[in-house]
Amino acid sequence: MEWLLFVPLAALALGTAAFVILLRNPIYCALALVGTFFALSGLYLLLQAEFVAVVQVIIYAGAIMVLFLFVIMLLDVGHEPPPWLRRDRPRLLLGLGLVALLVLELAVAIGSWIAPGIRGPYTSDYVNAVGNTQLIGRLLFTEFLIPFEITSIILLIAIVGAMVLARRQ
Amino acid sequence: MPEPAFFVVMLAKIAVVFGLMLLSVAYLTWLERKVISDFQVRLGPMRVGPHGLLQPIADGIKLMFKEDIIPEAADRAIYVLAPTLALIPAFISFAVIPFGDRVRLFGQSIDMVISDVNVGLLYLFGVASLGVYGIVLGGWASNNKYALLGGLRSAAQMISYELSMGLSVVGVLMLSESLSLVRIVGAQSKAWFILLQPIGFLIFLICAIAETNRAPFDLPEAETELVAGFHVEYSSMKFAMYFMAEYANMITVAALATTLFLGGWRGPFLPPVVWFLAKLYLVIFLFIWIRATLPRFRYDQLMRFGWKVLLPLALANIVITAAFVALR
Amino acid sequence: MLLSYLPILILVLLAAGFALATLFLSSALGPRRPSKDKLSTYECGIDPVGSARERFSVKFYLVAMLFIIFDIEIVFLYPWAVILNSLGLFGLVEMFFFLGILLIGLLYVWKKGGLEWTT
Repeated sequence: MEWLLFVPLAALALGTAAFVILLRNPIYCALALVGTFFALSGLYLLLQAEFVAVVQVIIYAGAIMVLFLFVIMLLDVGHEPPPWLRRDRPRLLLGLGLVALLVLELAVAIGSWIAPGIRGPYTSDYVNAVGNTQLIGRLLFTEFLIPFEITSIILLIAIVGAMVLARRQ
Repeated sequence: MPEPAFFVVMLAKIAVVFGLMLLSVAYLTWLERKVISDFQVRLGPMRVGPHGLLQPIADGIKLMFKEDIIPEAADRAIYVLAPTLALIPAFISFAVIPFGDRVRLFGQSIDMVISDVNVGLLYLFGVASLGVYGIVLGGWASNNKYALLGGLRSAAQMISYELSMGLSVVGVLMLSESLSLVRIVGAQSKAWFILLQPIGFLIFLICAIAETNRAPFDLPEAETELVAGFHVEYSSMKFAMYFMAEYANMITVAALATTLFLGGWRGPFLPPVVWFLAKLYLVIFLFIWIRATLPRFRYDQLMRFGWKVLLPLALANIVITAAFVALR
Repeated sequence: MLLSYLPILILVLLAAGFALATLFLSSALGPRRPSKDKLSTYECGIDPVGSARERFSVKFYLVAMLFIIFDIEIVFLYPWAVILNSLGLFGLVEMFFFLGILLIGLLYVWKKGGLEWTT
């Protein structure tokens, strides 16, 4: 049953991701990336991570991609054909080499010491009883407090960075 | 696998809500014209059917038969896709809004909501963020300076007010301890949240008007400004789709205000659905009233208001409410 | 839990189907009389001057950046708000620290004139 949902979502994710690099018009590429994010959101839902799935749409598809679109539209980015159409052999070979390396790494990681389906103390039933968002809140503000506070500093740096970049114009 | 009755009930709810939504969007145009004409001491549509009641149908048929012009310079694929991207989020938002209490029908206990998602409020927030795409892509695809500028301005306005909207409901969340809209209505059994969160309600309402590009925040799309903004190159049904999306958004956001602050379907004596519709109508009437009364904001005033007034106010509301909730 | 998302999927398909049907119907029913004026870009009745794809102001970029940052802040606020009752004073202080830092950011942008929209 899970495969019935997983396969189309995974195919969609991979397909749209491929389109991001294959399409010429940068706006089309950005829209393909939005499609990828939706597919990822679906995959999160399959993993019972409701909060993460919705937040994925809100932040990635709803905020970050809007920024991308603004930038593409404001800068009137041109259309560039992908590397093999540009007859750029060195880049093409480097890319293929990196892909092979990545696939090898993933195969080793999945096959060996990372056992599929590690069971922690938080079973599906427990999560559903307490509430997905509530449990995330509970963990975030107790066990993971320090990373949370550091996030605020990171966001502050991002604000300052954005202002500096904007001022340069 | 759940039993067949589950699917029948689900499909019935979807069909009823979707159908009613379409009908409401059409008749909202009639209602708005009638109410505005009352404010302006004139009659409004009167000829097409009794009191102009068939006007929306006539308008629909007219738009359907108009010539579908696609400008030469436009990006065809996105030009056609953009109104669709505006329409879909507008019509799927209503899925998580409860319009009545649990009922017993044919021996089944049915919730009067299409889908009680655990993260209902976040779902709505997410769908609202997607509403930006239809507008900004429509403006860009038209390959028209005014359309692009109007689209970008509209998008910038929407995202600015989305922030304050998201913040204004945090107070409600602290009181209800759940993101599920069904539970939020449930938490208002003693008092409607508007009594406990008046500022939150006010901020929400203002942001709702800005989000849906309604007057007085409709500069990016007004006919007399920027030559109708992002939809200047659109004709026929694609143009109509943008307007259907806008009115559908208006209904959804009014329904959300009702659910979050006015106690949803709660009320004595009358059936819950009636209460829900009555409160919904009240909020929509308020929107139309505001449109008929207030002059349009200039764009820089609009943006300044959103960032320098509403955002700090919403944050202050959160701080004060949090102090009350955590320390009691 | 997953089952509660099924109606949403169906609703999305229904809305998409409705949109496509509308588009198809209108292109089938409307007349087709293209003329040079109708197909050209609209610019207050005069012939268009210059390309539409010119460079626009950087303010839009700044608004979008700030939107992302405050959106992330809101995403952190939601889980906190639903359990604030059980976190008590400790939870209050944690979040106030977070909000304080971001408020400093907002004030910085405000003072630097990043929130102004006059050209």
